[in-house]
Amino acid sequence: MEPMGKVLMINYEKCTGCRLCELVCSVMHEGVSNPSRSRIKVVKWESEGLYVPISCQQCQDAPCVNVCPVKALSRDETLDFVEVDYDVCIGCRACVSACPFGAMSFDVIAKKVIKCDLCDGDPQCVRFCEIEAVEYVDADRVSVFKKRDAAQRLSAAQKEAAALQAQL
Amino acid sequence: MALDRKVAYIDLATGNIETRPIPLDVRKKYLGGRGLDAYLLYNHTEKGIDPLGPKNTLMISAGILGATLASASARTHIMAKSPLTDLLGSANMGGFFAPELAWAGFHHLVIKGKAKDPVYLWIHNGEIEIRDASNLWGKTVTETQWAIREELDDEDVKCAVCGPAGENLVRYANVMTGIKNSAGRSGMGAVMGSKNLKAVAARGTMDIKIAHPMDALNYNRRFIDQIVSAKVNQTQGTLGTPFIWGATNSWGGVRCRNFQYNQCEYADDIEPERLDEIATETMGPYHMTGCFGCQVHCRAQYKIPSGPYAGKYDEGPEYTSEGAFGGEPDCKNAVTVLTSNHLVDQWGVDNLEIGSIISWAMELFEEGILTSKDTDGLELRFGNDEALLEMIRRICFREGWLGDTLAEGGIQASEKIGKDSFEYLIQVKGMSNLHSDERATPALALGIATGSRGSDHLRSRPAIDLYHLPEEVLRKVYGNPVPYDGPLSSDHTSYVGKAWMVFWQELCYMGVDCLGICKYHTTFLGATLPNFEDWTKVLYYNTGLEMSPTDIWGIAERCYNIERLFNLREGLTRDDPRKGDTLNHRYFDEPCLRGAPDVIGATIDRKKFHKMIDEYYEHHGWDENGVPTPETLKRLGIDKEPSHLL
Repeated sequence: MEPMGKVLMINYEKCTGCRLCELVCSVMHEGVSNPSRSRIKVVKWESEGLYVPISCQQCQDAPCVNVCPVKALSRDETLDFVEVDYDVCIGCRACVSACPFGAMSFDVIAKKVIKCDLCDGDPQCVRFCEIEAVEYVDADRVSVFKKRDAAQRLSAAQKEAAALQAQL
Repeated sequence: MALDRKVAYIDLATGNIETRPIPLDVRKKYLGGRGLDAYLLYNHTEKGIDPLGPKNTLMISAGILGATLASASARTHIMAKSPLTDLLGSANMGGFFAPELAWAGFHHLVIKGKAKDPVYLWIHNGEIEIRDASNLWGKTVTETQWAIREELDDEDVKCAVCGPAGENLVRYANVMTGIKNSAGRSGMGAVMGSKNLKAVAARGTMDIKIAHPMDALNYNRRFIDQIVSAKVNQTQGTLGTPFIWGATNSWGGVRCRNFQYNQCEYADDIEPERLDEIATETMGPYHMTGCFGCQVHCRAQYKIPSGPYAGKYDEGPEYTSEGAFGGEPDCKNAVTVLTSNHLVDQWGVDNLEIGSIISWAMELFEEGILTSKDTDGLELRFGNDEALLEMIRRICFREGWLGDTLAEGGIQASEKIGKDSFEYLIQVKGMSNLHSDERATPALALGIATGSRGSDHLRSRPAIDLYHLPEEVLRKVYGNPVPYDGPLSSDHTSYVGKAWMVFWQELCYMGVDCLGICKYHTTFLGATLPNFEDWTKVLYYNTGLEMSPTDIWGIAERCYNIERLFNLREGLTRDDPRKGDTLNHRYFDEPCLRGAPDVIGATIDRKKFHKMIDEYYEHHGWDENGVPTPETLKRLGIDKEPSHLL
């Protein structure tokens, strides 16, 4: 079997909350500035300065695909993402209810469900995120980066422990 | 389309609301934002009205490029007659309010009259409702916003609000949004308070059609590269604006002890690196926050480390808070800076103005002009952190004789305090100066002396004058979009050609304020940043409007002249120490005592300054009294104002 393609990797700790991703997403897909029609959304806790971008995880066993009564959702083979076939979709919003991340949205102007389609392999949210809170990486890299972070913490802790021991 | 966003006229006394489209020919004359606000102000106020009376008109607006792919198209502009200066009131803030206003269908609000009881405006997808705000009155800036979100059951609502200082008619109260974004000059929050208007809440899901979406995306990517490649913006993005205060202090360009000194000796204690050490979760690439669509992300996040407000979250502090609560009052504790910054953000008052006013009062106290009877026993001396914090509270809530007096602003307070207190007041047109010292930098001195909203660094400051750029580089910047072959000097202590630089910057800043984008995205702190030529492309790709760089230059000139006409109508005269284009006598008489070798001993030369003003008027096409000539008004098409097109 072919290995899985690239995925969006979101590191919310980096996000500055500027919402440019929402703007470029709606311009790319709909030709308009309108965050309510964006496939990505920055959820905010302003009083704590916490910003978390939320987008589709392209789940392997995707609840939206499973719940769709007319089989309008399927996995795109080339880019490996969950795709909506609008010729089949009846707009019942069952997928919106089923998505555990709220990443399946309903566009109230076009009156259709919308989700991340990776912009044909050039995700605009990634292209415009200078701080690299959203990156487009090979699926196996996501955990490698996290492993590196964890390893760094572990080795720092070990050095600290060794230093403390030396003082005894 | 951005061009289909409307103007709404709201009469708070009658509850009458009228919305109108903004005609294309008006857009072509004034674009939007500050420029169109100035037109509306001149057309919708009568001469000599009380700024805190029902006849004042409050403008709230987004720029013409608000919420589009213009990069940092986040700016909200607020305008009214200023209760602080009795002249033009004008203030600008970042955050997320203006884009939301645009998504809700509007670019301009024209708010008249006074509501009988406290109200707020709810603006949602083309509709405007006046709602009861009696339960919001008395709430702080953030409490108000969170309460409105709860009431409307929508966490995406964005608000422009006044805090307790605005309610209490402190004449330099802010309009604010988010945690700390402030339209913080000239007392626009007091105008809101005077109208019983606690907040304007907006939320919208209306399309703003982008004229050429792919071109707009691609050009924006290029624009961003230009913006983030500037070293100054990279530094802003990790340290925020306090780094500028520190850098300026190093050569002796800040104020200390109400202008007695031009350098602080303990600056390390309040430098951004020090703030980073003591405050949790502050500074650095992971702890900065940005306004809508901006890659500079210049606001630090912090929690107060100790004291009565320990653990409180806030953003900043900015250069202004460093100066206002560190340098000027000579308070050496970084926690004082962080705490003061939090108090002014919560109570909604101009940090710059309140810091200057308190420092002025400290000098008056030390000189014996104010006594402990006036201060109700408070030892209002430089370096007294507790006294600083106490005075911030007294002013915001008008407590005691002195709190109430200082809340009136410097000029009115000087009349109440009497003696020669006015001589110590560092102001232009009744507004306090930024905590920078311009005695060694004539260009900067000219800028604050002539700023249309009073002393200010964001109206015309040619900050790149400090970089000693080669003359050919200066020519590239200042020779476009209209040719200039007069003299220019790379020396910041020189008077040569500075009038042109100030004039050019005025129009540049008017340009960004009409477009609704941030000054960090233009020729302010970096010489390589975008201006007129780049704006024509952003404007075309986003709105479809075709304009040349000189068209935008002409619009900026027209808008600046409307502001001038307003000020002249309200009593500006060239040499009036209270309402004129001039400086406090200390600029001319007291030499700088500290700083770099070319700064020590510097004063502004009266004769050369006078000549610089003459030149500046000439560039504008104004006569020797600073009045636009009939030919100038005709050339700009504003010889028949007010023309009531809107």
